Amino acid sequence: MNLKTLFKTILVSLLLIWGVSLISVSSNSLASNALAAGTSDTVESRIQPEGKVHLEGDPEPSTTEEKSAVEEEAEPPIGAPKLKRKDYPKVGASSRGIVWIAAQMHLFFAAFVLAVPMFVLVIEWVGMRTGDERYDNMAHEFMKITMTAYSITALLGGFLTFALFLLYPQLMNYMMMVFDMQVLVYAGLFFAESALLYMYYYSWDALRYGNKKWGHLTIGLGLNVAGTTLLVIANAWATFMMAPSGVDVTGAVTGDIWEIMKGPLWNPVNLHRFIANIAFGGAIVGAYAGFKFLSARTVEQRALYDWMGYTANFIAILAFLPLPFAGYWLMAEIYAYSQQMGITAMGGILAWLFIVQAVLIGTILLAGNYYLWSGMSRCEGSKRYTWMIKYIALILVACFLVWVTPHTLILSAQEIKQLGGSHHHLLGPLGIMPAKNIAVNLMLIVTFLSFQLYRRADKVATVSYANFLNALMVAIYVVAIVNVVFAGVYYGYFTNTVYKVGSSVMQVASTLVVIVAGIVIDTLLFKNAKTIPAVWGKVSNRSQYALFALPIAFTWLMALMGYVRSSVRTHWHVYTVMKDNSPDNFVPSIGYAGNMMTIVTIMFLGMVLFIFWIASLSETKQSKPVAIKKDTEKQPEAQEAGA
Amino acid sequence: MSGEANKQDVGTPIEPASNVLPKILIFSIALTLLFTGVANLLPQVEGEAPVDKEINLGTLTPESFATLGESLFMGKGTCTLCHKPAPLGRAPDIQGENMVGLAESALADERYKGDAKTPEEYIRESMVHPSKFVVKDWGVAGSNDTTSPMPKVDAAPIELSTVEMDAIIAYLQNKDGNDITVELPTEAPAPVEEVASSGGSGGTPAPAETAEEAVTKYGCQACHSMLGTKSPVGPSLEDVSARLNIEQINQSILDPAAVISEGFTDMMPKDFAEKMTIKELTMIVDLLSGKASVAEDKKEAAQ
Repeated sequence: MNLKTLFKTILVSLLLIWGVSLISVSSNSLASNALAAGTSDTVESRIQPEGKVHLEGDPEPSTTEEKSAVEEEAEPPIGAPKLKRKDYPKVGASSRGIVWIAAQMHLFFAAFVLAVPMFVLVIEWVGMRTGDERYDNMAHEFMKITMTAYSITALLGGFLTFALFLLYPQLMNYMMMVFDMQVLVYAGLFFAESALLYMYYYSWDALRYGNKKWGHLTIGLGLNVAGTTLLVIANAWATFMMAPSGVDVTGAVTGDIWEIMKGPLWNPVNLHRFIANIAFGGAIVGAYAGFKFLSARTVEQRALYDWMGYTANFIAILAFLPLPFAGYWLMAEIYAYSQQMGITAMGGILAWLFIVQAVLIGTILLAGNYYLWSGMSRCEGSKRYTWMIKYIALILVACFLVWVTPHTLILSAQEIKQLGGSHHHLLGPLGIMPAKNIAVNLMLIVTFLSFQLYRRADKVATVSYANFLNALMVAIYVVAIVNVVFAGVYYGYFTNTVYKVGSSVMQVASTLVVIVAGIVIDTLLFKNAKTIPAVWGKVSNRSQYALFALPIAFTWLMALMGYVRSSVRTHWHVYTVMKDNSPDNFVPSIGYAGNMMTIVTIMFLGMVLFIFWIASLSETKQSKPVAIKKDTEKQPEAQEAGA
Repeated sequence: MSGEANKQDVGTPIEPASNVLPKILIFSIALTLLFTGVANLLPQVEGEAPVDKEINLGTLTPESFATLGESLFMGKGTCTLCHKPAPLGRAPDIQGENMVGLAESALADERYKGDAKTPEEYIRESMVHPSKFVVKDWGVAGSNDTTSPMPKVDAAPIELSTVEMDAIIAYLQNKDGNDITVELPTEAPAPVEEVASSGGSGGTPAPAETAEEAVTKYGCQACHSMLGTKSPVGPSLEDVSARLNIEQINQSILDPAAVISEGFTDMMPKDFAEKMTIKELTMIVDLLSGKASVAEDKKEAAQ
């Protein structure tokens, strides 16, 4: 069916519906007219039961229902329920554990299916602008993976909703009371997103060239608008539970839905999740490309998936670089909302989790850098820069070690005695945030350097001011590194704690200047540059494992940070408003939480591999079984010969 | 980097890597387990929600009240999240410094516009209205020390009751040797830290079902180190079975003034004989003499 026929069908259907509505309205007015005329022989009058009976001329007697309705008006607004332990249903397993797994699995898939169409739209647009069909094909292939993931997201979302209503009915009642009709908007948007997703994927080839491509891009834009709106609505539920707004101290609703949604943490979480989703989605499709690269059977396939893997990794790392800054903003807003909540996360019971976070981000940066260094083998021109790799690696490892240094060491009484305290005189200072801020900013700066060297590998500048721009770039690196170290050391160790957060802004600004300046300078430097040939597919198989390390670390990291975000509420369902008195109202140990994260990560990766397999299956065609037909023809002869 | 496949090799079949899926699976699981291992190597601490606890007026002394205040200061009050020694603190180090001295200097400060007249009133005011007076350099950034970042401790999420705040004031006064000026609660107070699961309806408390419940009911831990809690007010009961026999333990509870342990004063309430049920007394004595644990071990061995 072509599009014109589809539109015609829709138009005819709408006309039909309108016609039926007209007939229905006419019959209603006919019935009313008949009643007015005193005739009771209509369908409506026959099925309508008697209402209140009173004597003609007397006022209508009021019923107890009406009285209570009047009394209700005078009652104060309903606050959040105060639950006792017996109010929580028991199902023989940890309710929190069940919801934990269901929510995390749903969030993994939801993040993936929301993120992929975002960068697919950009890739499709790039393909249209450059006329390079490889971009279009790659975008289409990414969407193919998303289709299966979308169904799984919906299934898991259904399971999560069921689990929440079954295990935490009062909490869900309260949330429904607060968010009211907004939940229906969410459901409506979900239908819109589903429709747009299917339209976007299945109309890809029908709307591939010319003006029709713009139509296709518009559908993609609509899909992303619906998806992003879904994201921010769901974020409002999570941030309301952390920092409620639009309700009074008892939890009674005092504001409109907008006041409820725009709590102090809503926008920081929106931004953080938006960026993180893109990095996460990029990492997953990167793993898909790695999987296809290793399974490739021709040189072209290998080249295609090498390029696809590189592009996906580029998306993941590019989105990842600003993520710590979005994290700073979120944490700063948490501190501004409640210093107590901030310290619970960063200096209290949850603080040790940031050591695990350091290991995860270290893994991501090391894997990302290793992939870029391996990719340099694609081009002879990279030999000019390979000498720098060992220094970058050294800085990365040194900073990684500083980042994982805990402030309070795990020591026995004897060791504490030998050490003269729980803090080592040299390692102790490395355990606090200023040292870690220096480390993470330096790691980001050198990761950008790796990326810049990789991008420069196949180019030779021809502009006359090349030396000046190179010198300027080096100067910016030097000044930024000095600034990051100075701000961290001076404000971190020689001033009051209150100023530490301020110093991190200075460090972040330095890192951002390097990134922005690097992009601008390279654009000017390589105007009309000579290119040195690069060969796609000329990378080691080992490098592809970096593409698997990224999504594994990203998935675990998402599980970890989601857990921290949720746990800062401690024993509150809705912070300060609705207490959690369930048997699971304690913050579990890091080991338990880590085991849960591993369970969800392995479950997710298992499902992702299933999706990859399904996507590959759709390309596999069984050849027509001609040989079997011949065999059956020959069979009688064989039988005869046998006889 | 731009480029394409080597044109000379286009169309050439290549051998795909062997056992791709199993290798990816092994790699993925190994990396995931590495992260799990790190999480399991770190200190394993659970963050408990506030636990119900009732104070017994009969056993309450200023010192035991201050001890209770210390545990609230460290625990439910979450005071130590911010009140730490420099450079880690985000609020004055009231634990390390003499709080009464700090309160006196604040009251003498010309910026002070609050209603407190004494250190006790000042400490209480700081907890309930933290922005009445903000110590220099400890205000919210940009507020010129007019707004305190401290939450009101009587509101959610901390929700300290009047008795709990008084206990903390007693602790802050007592820790540096100052006189405890707060009055001890004189009538049945609200339970310290709210009771989530108790179905009690006031009046005479229900008899305890276990030895631990009885210990909690009569507030033994307010003065004695036992069952994992520490208190310096009375002699430790962790090793009491090595020092006293069953009869002596019985006597120490029913007639505590008969023998006073060396280094301690006669502070223990004298009315346990009237208050305790026989079953409660037996359970506590069994617990302290080690009989309870022996019986428990025998029960487990029999199973």
